[in-house]
Amino acid sequence: MGLIERLFREPRWGVHPDDHKRPAADAPLRVLPRPARVHLPLQQHVGGAARPVVLVGQKVLKGQLLAQSQGNISAPIHAPVSGTVTAIGEVTAPHPSGLGLAAITVEADGADRWIETDPVADPFALAPEEIARRTAAAGVVGLGGATFPAAVKFALGRRLSVRTLIVNGGECEPYLSSDDRIMRDCPAQVVDGARIIMHAIGAESALVGIEDNKPEAIAAMTRAAATYPEVKIRPVPARYPMGSDKQLIETLTGKEVPADARAAEVGVLVHNVSTCAAVHRAIRLGQPLVERIVTVNGGAVTRPGNVLAPLGCLVDDLLACCGVKEKPARLLFGGPMMGTLLPHGRVPLVKGASGVLAFTAAETAVPATGPCIRCGSCTRACPMGLLPLEMAAHIRAGDLDGAVGYSLSDCISCGCCAYVCPSHIPLVQYFSHAKGELAARERARLRTEAGRRLAEARLARLERDAKEKAELAARRQAERAAARARAGAAKPAEQTT
Amino acid sequence: MKEYALMMIGAALVNNVILARFLGLCSFMGVTTRIDTAAGMGLATTFVITVSSMADWAVQNYLLAPFGLGFLRTVTFILVIASAVQFTELTVRKVSPSLFQMLGIYLPLITTNCAVLGVALLLVESRLSFLASALFAFASSLGYSLVMVIFAGLRERLALATVPRLFAGPPIGFIVASLLAMAFMGFSGISTG
Amino acid sequence: MLAVVSLTALGIALGTLLGVAARYLAVEENPLEAELQALLPGSQCGQCGFVGCAQAAAALARGEASPTLCPPGGRAVTEAIAAKLGIRIDLSAVRDDGPLLAVVAEEICTGCCRCSKVCPTDAIIGAAKQIHNIIREACTGCGACLERCPTEAIGLMPMPVTLPHWIWPKPAVA
Repeated sequence: MGLIERLFREPRWGVHPDDHKRPAADAPLRVLPRPARVHLPLQQHVGGAARPVVLVGQKVLKGQLLAQSQGNISAPIHAPVSGTVTAIGEVTAPHPSGLGLAAITVEADGADRWIETDPVADPFALAPEEIARRTAAAGVVGLGGATFPAAVKFALGRRLSVRTLIVNGGECEPYLSSDDRIMRDCPAQVVDGARIIMHAIGAESALVGIEDNKPEAIAAMTRAAATYPEVKIRPVPARYPMGSDKQLIETLTGKEVPADARAAEVGVLVHNVSTCAAVHRAIRLGQPLVERIVTVNGGAVTRPGNVLAPLGCLVDDLLACCGVKEKPARLLFGGPMMGTLLPHGRVPLVKGASGVLAFTAAETAVPATGPCIRCGSCTRACPMGLLPLEMAAHIRAGDLDGAVGYSLSDCISCGCCAYVCPSHIPLVQYFSHAKGELAARERARLRTEAGRRLAEARLARLERDAKEKAELAARRQAERAAARARAGAAKPAEQTT
Repeated sequence: MKEYALMMIGAALVNNVILARFLGLCSFMGVTTRIDTAAGMGLATTFVITVSSMADWAVQNYLLAPFGLGFLRTVTFILVIASAVQFTELTVRKVSPSLFQMLGIYLPLITTNCAVLGVALLLVESRLSFLASALFAFASSLGYSLVMVIFAGLRERLALATVPRLFAGPPIGFIVASLLAMAFMGFSGISTG
Repeated sequence: MLAVVSLTALGIALGTLLGVAARYLAVEENPLEAELQALLPGSQCGQCGFVGCAQAAAALARGEASPTLCPPGGRAVTEAIAAKLGIRIDLSAVRDDGPLLAVVAEEICTGCCRCSKVCPTDAIIGAAKQIHNIIREACTGCGACLERCPTEAIGLMPMPVTLPHWIWPKPAVA
């Protein structure tokens, strides 16, 4: 099978929803007017939460470190505006639960003065470890939505000697166009970032996968990469979820990532185009990740488009910038298929949010759920080759282990099954529930185990204490007896003399 | 040879102990919630039926018939069955404690499983040779195990289905059992062929 | 007469056979007990009514106790025990308010140190005449400290739900 044939073969998995990307994708990039204050959650990434290093009342400059990373997998947070730290406390998390999340609030002073940066003129002269260190210090995480610290992935790629870097410009989620915009507006940054990452992980070539519904981005990227033969632009068929790493890897390289393995283990590493641009800025300009391009779209938005916004600004600020026709019935971070439901608009923008979608009540209306008719549409749509109907049936009956037997852990929650389900069964919610429940069970098991270890340690300690006490008592008694015997021996001796 | 094969198929499928003779329904509804339990019960019962039928054949032909003690048949058969069950219980307990726990009360209750006594009495009625009766008993109990496992599989699927509240639990179990019995009626066409 | 003799002979023969079999197939120790004990929390808190987890495991193995006996273990332990014993239990009847945590009311605590001595997992820290506190990660919510407190300063509260602990609700069945 030739490469061309393989590339343009229509994948058997996935769905093809109406992409709704235009006109937002074609609108020129706007810049959000500087917000009065920003709220920066300490956990905007996978891994340990960052630890604040500033005090309330402290003056900070733009790009100054606010919180440093903690643990092996973590990322620091920097100030996106210059101003004063006014609070370190809880704000509403960008999460469907609406629970609180610790955050640093910075009041902007309007000057937007940058902290002194440390630009690198020739990143290819730096050691790969130095690039990873600088990327980590800049707080760059996967901007496609996974928010995995980029530098950790560099180290992983180096360790497993990855040959190919895959640059993910798939952006398969409907409505979103922030990656499209970054490829159209700054293709040179993306290509340069990709080359820096290649240097950092020791890869020989980079494949940039771009869905064929973005011809302008493909053209711009091809022009920017023309002088670098190691960076190849590869149009891929527009199909959801093409932007998922396992699917993109399979489409571009023909390699399938095993169920319990990471992408690096088949010799590839995937980074998003926005992450590449962020790496470019972190290394070439020395600027930490403090802003990102966000798509503001959805039926409730008057002027949908892409906005360059500082991290920590509120969703309401973004919506105000683009105008709101009616009160949105549903707010989302990310795309409509996998996005995070937001409880309200007073939620800060985080690193992983590629879009803010505001839908009207008419757009979000879902027909009532019917019974499963076992049509099998979901099994055809599932990009991971799973049986969503069987898994959901087991979960509904409370048999989570049965669902795990159907490889629930391989589910990527892409939402294809729920999208095609003619009975409108909320399949993904079943899976999310089961995954959460299983994680809770695992936590409880670990807790029980830790408790047992502690209890055993305590029993051992008590035993040891008792034994030591008994030994001590025995020794004392022996000493006393010896003393008495000595005294007794001395006395008769005295008597004899 | 051919008669033996036909007899065994007849005993296992056509005149299935559970679905055609309606014997052993207690364990049929009781331990078929999981396939592994049902298979364990099927194995234990297969053993009991085969062993006790062979013993009962000997008792019938060497003790009861020659001395004209036919009126003691039920009592002696039950005695033999009870011993076989006790022996099985000891074995299962030693070999697989978890299966012992799973079968629970149903293991000693094989004693009162009418399939066991039923097969033994059927053998007496049919006056077969020792080998034929052993094969007949073995085939009958295999049929019993087969139906147990099939029904357990059905009930495992049934546990996932949304059943109207009125029918949930044993009622839908009985409905499925009747459908399964109807399916097994299809085997009755074999005997003439 | 013949009937009585033959039946008696048969009974004696079978009885002897079983007696011999029982000797050869005797199960010295129930291996289930050790397996069950591994499932229990092992904090010996005594909330099940038995002296410790070993006794509770023995009772479970003998079938004298219900798998629902362990309150600190919650639903997870109940399910594990039921699966081990091959029992199907109605889990909806299990009262599981999620894991519990002991909390010290700091304004009432007198720093008497009595609670820290009974804690099976050493989760209570505090010196004499100092306010005691509880290490959340180590507390199993067994409640052994509750009755030891002379000022009733310790109470149990459900473990607070935080972001990583939040679970999507199960969709309502149509």
